[in-house]
Amino acid sequence: MQQFLEQLPIVVDALNDGFLQTLKLFAVTLMGALPLGLLISFCSMSKFLPLKYLTKTVIWIVRGSPLMLQLMIIFYGPGLLFDFNPWGGGENGRFIASAVAFILNYACYFSEIYRSGIEGVPKGQQEAGQVLGMTKSQIFFKVTLLQMVKRIVPPMSNEIITLVKDTSLARIISLQEVIWAGEAFMKGSRGLSGLVWPLFFTAIYYLLFNGVLTILLGKLEKKLSYFQA
Amino acid sequence: MAFLEIQNLVKHFGSTHVLEDISFTLEKGQVLAIIGSSGSGKTTLLRCINFLETPNYGKMRLNGETLFDAEDQATLKEDEIRKKRLHFGLVFQSFNLFPQYTALKNVMLAKELLAKERPDYKANKKAIHQEIEEQAKGLLVRMGLEDRMMNYPQQLSGGQQQRVSIARALAMEPDILCFDEPTSALDPELTGEVLKVIRGLKNSDSTMIVVTHEMEFAKHVADKVIFMADGVIEEWGTPEEVFEHPQSPKTQAFLNKENF
Ligand SMILES: Nc1ncnc2c1ncn2[C@@H]1O[C@H](COP(=O)(O)OP(=O)(O)O)[C@@H](O)[C@H]1O
Ligand SMILES: [Mg+2]
Repeated sequence: MQQFLEQLPIVVDALNDGFLQTLKLFAVTLMGALPLGLLISFCSMSKFLPLKYLTKTVIWIVRGSPLMLQLMIIFYGPGLLFDFNPWGGGENGRFIASAVAFILNYACYFSEIYRSGIEGVPKGQQEAGQVLGMTKSQIFFKVTLLQMVKRIVPPMSNEIITLVKDTSLARIISLQEVIWAGEAFMKGSRGLSGLVWPLFFTAIYYLLFNGVLTILLGKLEKKLSYFQA
Repeated sequence: MAFLEIQNLVKHFGSTHVLEDISFTLEKGQVLAIIGSSGSGKTTLLRCINFLETPNYGKMRLNGETLFDAEDQATLKEDEIRKKRLHFGLVFQSFNLFPQYTALKNVMLAKELLAKERPDYKANKKAIHQEIEEQAKGLLVRMGLEDRMMNYPQQLSGGQQQRVSIARALAMEPDILCFDEPTSALDPELTGEVLKVIRGLKNSDSTMIVVTHEMEFAKHVADKVIFMADGVIEEWGTPEEVFEHPQSPKTQAFLNKENF
């Protein structure tokens, strides 16, 4: 017990550093994938058929293969294929490669959520706006947008919770996120070695963070529950 | 010259011929009822008149102005169509109220957005909004909804929702108000309140086109009745002519089936 209490602050300190990297990857992925996903969803609904089918193929590949594999291909692929490393070295390079892989992967998932949200708003809503003389952009911003948001919040919440856990996959290219930081205490880290519990202890970080997210997203959902769409 | 003139309107969806050579006229202040079995093209005709569909052929004139001519590209421009739509209002079978807004806001929204295009908008913003709100409240009172203004659509009965949507259409002050089976989505006990409101509009001299299955209503409220079958006007005349002395066998068969 005495020993555990001595180790705890050292471990927590290391895990905090790791979790900061986890949070960074989470935030950067959201900031990139939320807008990129919308763009991809417009492409997948395009009336220009080559663009539509190209986009649908990319979505199929990205959603149909493991993110872990995509991470490795993006990180190692350019070096192996072209003898060229676009990511730069060190932790920073690993972070950029991880962010690119996560943004691409999640943008494809988000795009399908956006698409179902956009297509889910009944055609009659747009037509009601049209016969009242509204412009296309007025109809989008004043009529359909909020109904779309209401439709996508629940599935989006699920994806966001999954993203928090998925960030741990970046461990495969040695990104120093919280799992990596916990695992390091087995081999040796910050003067401690042979410890297994720090790895399990990382679960608390995920649980706490997802708890907070669940509450926030639930509040948003509740806020939009005043109307039915 | 008639107020509204529809000439030789044709609408195809691919190889499906939905409207074939539709022509009729309507005078200001008149009520036109359109009857006919399901699939005969009534909704499509109203959608063409409201520029939700583009006819393949034909002309549409209102008050002497050519609003649509399939052979004149100048009448097909998107931003002008938006303005031309304002000559007409359309009340949908399924209401299509905006669920995220209260009854009052549903009625005000389009008018508020349109007001932003007024040159004096910036200077008189407050007064303009005040005026729009007063007008919307007045319309809702006329629809018997004075205690429902702050309710969201889902909190209203079907009949109340349809009355809000009538108020919403009236707020734009259309020259001609169109109804597409306004009571078909309602429980039978709620149709009366909506029909009463439409009857009230007739007394205030609105020009209306009402697609309806309510034969009693068509007979007693309409000035003119059109019977449509398979995309053509099979019979056209006063309620007396169409209901009491139908000439076409198809009309006779339809009216018999409707127990008329
Ligand atoms: N967008 C469309 N595409 C193809 N066919 C359509 C479309 N809209 C209507 N139709 C067809 O046109 C015919 C008339 O439909 P509609 O105008 O709704 O008739 P009504 O309102 O008299 O019941 C129907 O056979 C319908 O299937
Ligand atoms: Mg119809």
